Amino acid sequence: MVRTDESGRQTASASGGFRALAEDQLPRLYRLARRFVGDAAEDAVQDALLKAFRSYDQLEDAAAGPAWLTKILVNCCRDRARAEARRPEEVELDELEEFSLFRKIADEDPFPYSDSLHLDFLQQFGAEDVRAVLATLPPRYRVPLVLVYCDGYRVKEVAFVLGVPLGTMLARLHRGRKLFERRLWDYAHEYGLLKEGARP
Amino acid sequence: MITCAEAVRQLWDYLDGLVEEGQRESIEEHLSFCRRCCGEMEFAEELRRFLAEHPEAELPEEARARLIATLDLLERQP
Repeated sequence: MVRTDESGRQTASASGGFRALAEDQLPRLYRLARRFVGDAAEDAVQDALLKAFRSYDQLEDAAAGPAWLTKILVNCCRDRARAEARRPEEVELDELEEFSLFRKIADEDPFPYSDSLHLDFLQQFGAEDVRAVLATLPPRYRVPLVLVYCDGYRVKEVAFVLGVPLGTMLARLHRGRKLFERRLWDYAHEYGLLKEGARP
Repeated sequence: MITCAEAVRQLWDYLDGLVEEGQRESIEEHLSFCRRCCGEMEFAEELRRFLAEHPEAELPEEARARLIATLDLLERQP
Protein backbone atom coordinates (compact mmCIF):
# COMPACT_ATOMS: atom_id res chain seq x y z
CA MET A 1 0.00 0.00 0.00
CA VAL A 2 1.30 3.45 -0.89
CA ARG A 3 1.12 5.80 2.08
CA THR A 4 -0.18 9.36 2.16
CA ASP A 5 -0.04 11.87 5.01
CA GLU A 6 -3.10 13.31 6.79
CA SER A 7 -3.59 16.01 4.15
CA GLY A 8 -3.73 13.36 1.43
CA ARG A 9 -0.30 14.16 0.00
CA GLN A 10 2.13 11.41 -0.74
CA THR A 11 4.72 10.86 1.95
CA ALA A 12 8.42 11.09 1.18
CA SER A 13 8.74 7.31 0.98
CA ALA A 14 5.71 7.06 -1.32
CA SER A 15 7.17 9.75 -3.54
CA GLY A 16 10.50 7.91 -3.55
CA GLY A 17 8.66 4.72 -4.47
CA PHE A 18 7.06 6.45 -7.41
CA ARG A 19 10.38 7.81 -8.57
CA ALA A 20 12.07 4.40 -8.40
CA LEU A 21 9.20 2.82 -10.33
CA ALA A 22 9.10 5.57 -12.95
CA GLU A 23 12.88 5.69 -13.51
CA ASP A 24 13.00 1.93 -13.85
CA GLN A 25 10.16 1.90 -16.39
CA LEU A 26 11.19 4.94 -18.47
CA PRO A 27 12.95 3.03 -21.29
CA ARG A 28 10.03 0.59 -21.67
CA LEU A 29 7.41 3.35 -21.52
CA TYR A 30 9.27 5.35 -24.16
CA ARG A 31 9.51 2.36 -26.53
CA LEU A 32 5.79 1.69 -26.11
CA ALA A 33 4.91 5.34 -26.67
CA ARG A 34 7.02 5.40 -29.86
CA ARG A 35 4.89 2.56 -31.17
CA PHE A 36 1.69 4.46 -30.52
CA VAL A 37 2.41 8.12 -31.19
CA GLY A 38 5.80 8.17 -32.94
CA ASP A 39 7.69 11.41 -32.44
CA ALA A 40 5.28 12.56 -29.72
CA ALA A 41 6.49 9.71 -27.48
CA GLU A 42 8.43 11.88 -25.05
CA ASP A 43 5.44 14.19 -24.56
CA ALA A 44 3.14 11.20 -24.02
CA VAL A 45 5.51 9.74 -21.39
CA GLN A 46 5.66 13.10 -19.68
CA ASP A 47 1.83 13.28 -19.62
CA ALA A 48 1.76 9.78 -18.15
CA LEU A 49 4.32 10.63 -15.44
CA LEU A 50 2.28 13.64 -14.33
CA LYS A 51 -0.99 11.67 -14.21
CA ALA A 52 0.63 8.70 -12.50
CA PHE A 53 2.30 10.89 -9.85
CA ARG A 54 -1.06 12.46 -8.96
CA SER A 55 -2.77 9.10 -8.55
CA TYR A 56 0.10 7.04 -7.12
CA ASP A 57 -1.72 6.76 -3.80
CA GLN A 58 -4.38 4.66 -5.58
CA LEU A 59 -1.84 1.97 -6.44
CA GLU A 60 -2.41 -0.72 -3.81
CA ASP A 61 0.07 -3.36 -4.95
CA ALA A 62 3.60 -2.24 -5.76
CA ALA A 63 4.09 -5.35 -7.95
CA ALA A 64 1.32 -4.06 -10.23
CA GLY A 65 3.21 -0.79 -10.75
CA PRO A 66 4.53 -1.51 -14.28
CA ALA A 67 1.09 -2.62 -15.58
CA TRP A 68 -0.53 0.37 -13.88
CA LEU A 69 1.93 2.78 -15.51
CA THR A 70 1.38 1.07 -18.87
CA LYS A 71 -2.36 1.58 -18.58
CA ILE A 72 -1.92 5.27 -17.84
CA LEU A 73 0.54 5.66 -20.72
CA VAL A 74 -1.78 3.89 -23.18
CA ASN A 75 -4.61 6.25 -22.19
CA CYS A 76 -2.34 9.26 -22.69
CA CYS A 77 -1.30 7.95 -26.10
CA ARG A 78 -4.93 7.37 -27.04
CA ASP A 79 -5.84 10.92 -26.01
CA ARG A 80 -3.03 12.28 -28.17
CA ALA A 81 -3.87 10.09 -31.14
CA ARG A 82 -7.54 11.08 -30.87
CA ALA A 83 -6.70 14.77 -30.72
CA GLU A 84 -4.44 14.54 -33.74
CA ALA A 85 -6.70 12.33 -35.87
CA ARG A 86 -7.56 14.24 -39.00
CA ARG A 87 -10.21 11.89 -40.33
CA PRO A 88 -12.29 9.00 -39.04
CA GLU A 89 -10.60 5.61 -39.20
CA GLU A 90 -11.64 3.77 -42.31
CA VAL A 91 -10.80 0.11 -42.33
CA GLU A 92 -11.75 -2.18 -45.17
CA LEU A 93 -12.93 -4.99 -42.87
CA ASP A 94 -14.89 -7.09 -45.38
CA GLU A 95 -12.13 -7.17 -47.96
CA LEU A 96 -9.61 -7.66 -45.16
CA GLU A 97 -11.17 -10.92 -43.98
CA GLU A 98 -10.42 -12.50 -47.35
CA PHE A 99 -6.82 -11.25 -47.50
CA SER A 100 -3.89 -13.61 -46.92
CA LEU A 101 -0.38 -12.21 -47.28
CA PHE A 102 0.94 -15.76 -47.62
CA ARG A 103 -1.28 -16.40 -50.66
CA LYS A 104 -0.71 -12.92 -52.08
CA ILE A 105 3.06 -13.40 -52.09
CA ALA A 106 2.70 -16.89 -53.59
CA ASP A 107 0.28 -15.67 -56.29
CA GLU A 108 2.20 -12.52 -57.25
CA ASP A 109 5.62 -14.22 -56.93
CA PRO A 110 7.62 -10.96 -56.70
CA PHE A 111 11.01 -12.74 -56.62
CA PRO A 112 10.80 -15.48 -59.28
CA TYR A 113 14.34 -16.73 -58.67
CA SER A 114 13.90 -17.09 -54.91
CA ASP A 115 13.63 -20.46 -53.21
CA SER A 116 12.47 -18.82 -49.97
CA LEU A 117 9.94 -16.38 -51.38
CA HIS A 118 8.01 -15.51 -48.21
CA LEU A 119 11.11 -15.05 -46.10
CA ASP A 120 12.70 -12.89 -48.79
CA PHE A 121 9.60 -10.72 -48.81
CA LEU A 122 9.90 -10.04 -45.06
CA GLN A 123 13.63 -9.40 -45.34
CA GLN A 124 12.97 -6.41 -47.60
CA PHE A 125 11.68 -4.51 -44.56
CA GLY A 126 14.01 -2.58 -42.30
CA ALA A 127 13.11 -1.44 -38.79
CA GLU A 128 11.96 1.97 -40.05
CA ASP A 129 9.73 0.32 -42.65
CA VAL A 130 8.06 -1.82 -39.98
CA ARG A 131 7.49 1.22 -37.77
CA ALA A 132 6.04 3.09 -40.74
CA VAL A 133 3.64 0.25 -41.55
CA LEU A 134 2.55 -0.11 -37.91
CA ALA A 135 2.00 3.65 -37.76
CA THR A 136 -0.64 3.40 -40.51
CA LEU A 137 -2.83 1.09 -38.40
CA PRO A 138 -5.65 2.68 -36.39
CA PRO A 139 -4.74 2.69 -32.66
CA ARG A 140 -7.52 0.23 -31.73
CA TYR A 141 -5.74 -2.42 -33.80
CA ARG A 142 -2.14 -1.23 -33.55
CA VAL A 143 -2.00 -1.05 -29.76
CA PRO A 144 -2.96 -4.70 -29.05
CA LEU A 145 -0.82 -5.94 -31.95
CA VAL A 146 2.26 -4.11 -30.70
CA LEU A 147 1.79 -5.05 -27.06
CA VAL A 148 1.31 -8.76 -27.78
CA TYR A 149 3.63 -9.44 -30.71
CA CYS A 150 6.35 -6.79 -30.43
CA ASP A 151 6.57 -6.47 -26.66
CA GLY A 152 5.56 -9.93 -25.50
CA TYR A 153 2.58 -9.11 -23.27
CA ARG A 154 -0.03 -11.80 -22.70
CA VAL A 155 -3.39 -11.24 -24.38
CA LYS A 156 -5.19 -11.19 -21.01
CA GLU A 157 -2.79 -8.54 -19.68
CA VAL A 158 -3.45 -6.36 -22.71
CA ALA A 159 -7.21 -6.75 -22.31
CA PHE A 160 -6.77 -5.53 -18.71
CA VAL A 161 -4.52 -2.62 -19.63
CA LEU A 162 -6.90 -1.46 -22.36
CA GLY A 163 -10.00 -2.14 -20.26
CA VAL A 164 -11.81 -4.33 -22.82
CA PRO A 165 -13.29 -7.86 -22.59
CA LEU A 166 -11.08 -10.74 -23.74
CA GLY A 167 -13.36 -11.54 -26.70
CA THR A 168 -13.10 -7.95 -27.94
CA MET A 169 -9.33 -8.10 -27.58
CA LEU A 170 -9.12 -11.32 -29.61
CA ALA A 171 -11.27 -9.79 -32.37
CA ARG A 172 -9.08 -6.67 -32.48
CA LEU A 173 -5.94 -8.78 -32.62
CA HIS A 174 -7.37 -10.78 -35.51
CA ARG A 175 -8.24 -7.64 -37.48
CA GLY A 176 -4.97 -5.99 -36.51
CA ARG A 177 -2.97 -8.93 -37.90
CA LYS A 178 -4.97 -8.95 -41.11
CA LEU A 179 -4.63 -5.20 -41.52
CA PHE A 180 -0.89 -5.38 -40.80
CA GLU A 181 -0.48 -8.06 -43.49
CA ARG A 182 -2.46 -5.97 -46.00
CA ARG A 183 -0.51 -2.80 -45.22
CA LEU A 184 2.83 -4.66 -45.43
CA TRP A 185 1.95 -5.67 -48.97
CA ASP A 186 0.71 -2.18 -49.91
CA TYR A 187 3.85 -0.59 -48.43
CA ALA A 188 6.17 -2.98 -50.28
CA HIS A 189 4.34 -2.18 -53.49
CA GLU A 190 4.38 1.58 -52.91
CA TYR A 191 8.06 1.79 -51.92
CA GLY A 192 9.42 -0.53 -54.60
CA LEU A 193 10.40 -3.39 -52.27
CA LEU A 194 8.97 -5.98 -54.65
CA LYS A 195 11.74 -5.68 -57.19
CA GLU A 196 14.56 -8.19 -57.22
CA GLY A 197 17.58 -6.58 -55.54
CA ALA A 198 15.55 -3.63 -54.18
CA ARG A 199 17.46 -3.98 -50.89
CA PRO A 200 21.03 -5.22 -50.42
CA MET B 1 -13.25 -31.83 -40.05
CA ILE B 2 -12.65 -28.11 -40.67
CA THR B 3 -12.15 -26.19 -43.91
CA CYS B 4 -9.00 -24.33 -44.94
CA ALA B 5 -10.73 -21.00 -44.26
CA GLU B 6 -11.63 -22.10 -40.72
CA ALA B 7 -8.13 -23.43 -40.08
CA VAL B 8 -6.43 -20.27 -41.36
CA ARG B 9 -8.72 -18.06 -39.33
CA GLN B 10 -7.65 -19.83 -36.13
CA LEU B 11 -3.94 -20.25 -36.89
CA TRP B 12 -2.67 -17.29 -34.88
CA ASP B 13 -4.87 -18.10 -31.92
CA TYR B 14 -3.55 -21.66 -32.18
CA LEU B 15 0.05 -20.41 -32.15
CA ASP B 16 -0.78 -18.10 -29.24
CA GLY B 17 -2.18 -21.06 -27.29
CA LEU B 18 -5.62 -19.45 -27.16
CA VAL B 19 -7.75 -22.23 -28.67
CA GLU B 20 -9.55 -24.90 -26.70
CA GLU B 21 -8.55 -28.55 -26.78
CA GLY B 22 -11.18 -29.55 -29.37
CA GLN B 23 -10.24 -26.69 -31.69
CA ARG B 24 -6.56 -27.51 -31.31
CA GLU B 25 -7.17 -31.12 -32.33
CA SER B 26 -9.24 -30.04 -35.36
CA ILE B 27 -6.51 -27.64 -36.52
CA GLU B 28 -3.77 -30.24 -36.07
CA GLU B 29 -5.81 -32.83 -37.94
CA HIS B 30 -6.27 -30.35 -40.81
CA LEU B 31 -2.57 -29.46 -40.84
CA SER B 32 -1.68 -33.14 -41.01
CA PHE B 33 -2.91 -33.35 -44.61
CA CYS B 34 -3.17 -29.75 -45.93
CA ARG B 35 0.14 -28.54 -47.32
CA ARG B 36 -1.13 -25.06 -48.13
CA CYS B 37 -2.33 -24.44 -44.56
CA CYS B 38 1.02 -25.74 -43.26
CA GLY B 39 2.59 -23.02 -45.43
CA GLU B 40 0.19 -20.47 -43.95
CA MET B 41 1.17 -21.60 -40.46
CA GLU B 42 4.91 -21.44 -41.13
CA PHE B 43 4.45 -17.95 -42.53
CA ALA B 44 2.40 -16.92 -39.49
CA GLU B 45 5.31 -18.10 -37.31
CA GLU B 46 7.73 -16.08 -39.45
CA LEU B 47 5.53 -13.00 -39.11
CA ARG B 48 5.45 -13.40 -35.32
CA ARG B 49 9.25 -13.57 -35.23
CA PHE B 50 9.42 -10.64 -37.64
CA LEU B 51 7.33 -8.44 -35.33
CA ALA B 52 9.27 -9.52 -32.23
CA GLU B 53 12.61 -8.82 -33.94
CA HIS B 54 11.83 -5.20 -34.68
CA PRO B 55 12.26 -3.44 -31.37
CA GLU B 56 11.39 0.20 -31.10
CA ALA B 57 14.10 2.87 -30.81
CA GLU B 58 15.76 3.13 -27.41
CA LEU B 59 15.19 6.12 -25.13
CA PRO B 60 17.65 8.83 -26.29
CA GLU B 61 19.90 10.20 -23.52
CA GLU B 62 18.61 13.78 -23.98
CA ALA B 63 14.97 12.64 -23.71
CA ARG B 64 15.83 10.59 -20.62
CA ALA B 65 17.46 13.65 -19.03
CA ARG B 66 14.35 15.74 -19.69
CA LEU B 67 12.03 13.07 -18.23
CA ILE B 68 14.27 12.74 -15.16
CA ALA B 69 14.07 16.52 -14.78
CA THR B 70 10.27 16.16 -14.78
CA LEU B 71 10.54 13.60 -11.96
CA ASP B 72 12.86 16.00 -10.06
CA LEU B 73 10.26 18.71 -10.43
CA LEU B 74 7.45 16.46 -9.20
CA GLU B 75 9.49 15.46 -6.16
CA ARG B 76 10.11 19.09 -5.24
CA GLN B 77 6.42 19.99 -5.38
CA PRO B 78 5.21 21.22 -1.99
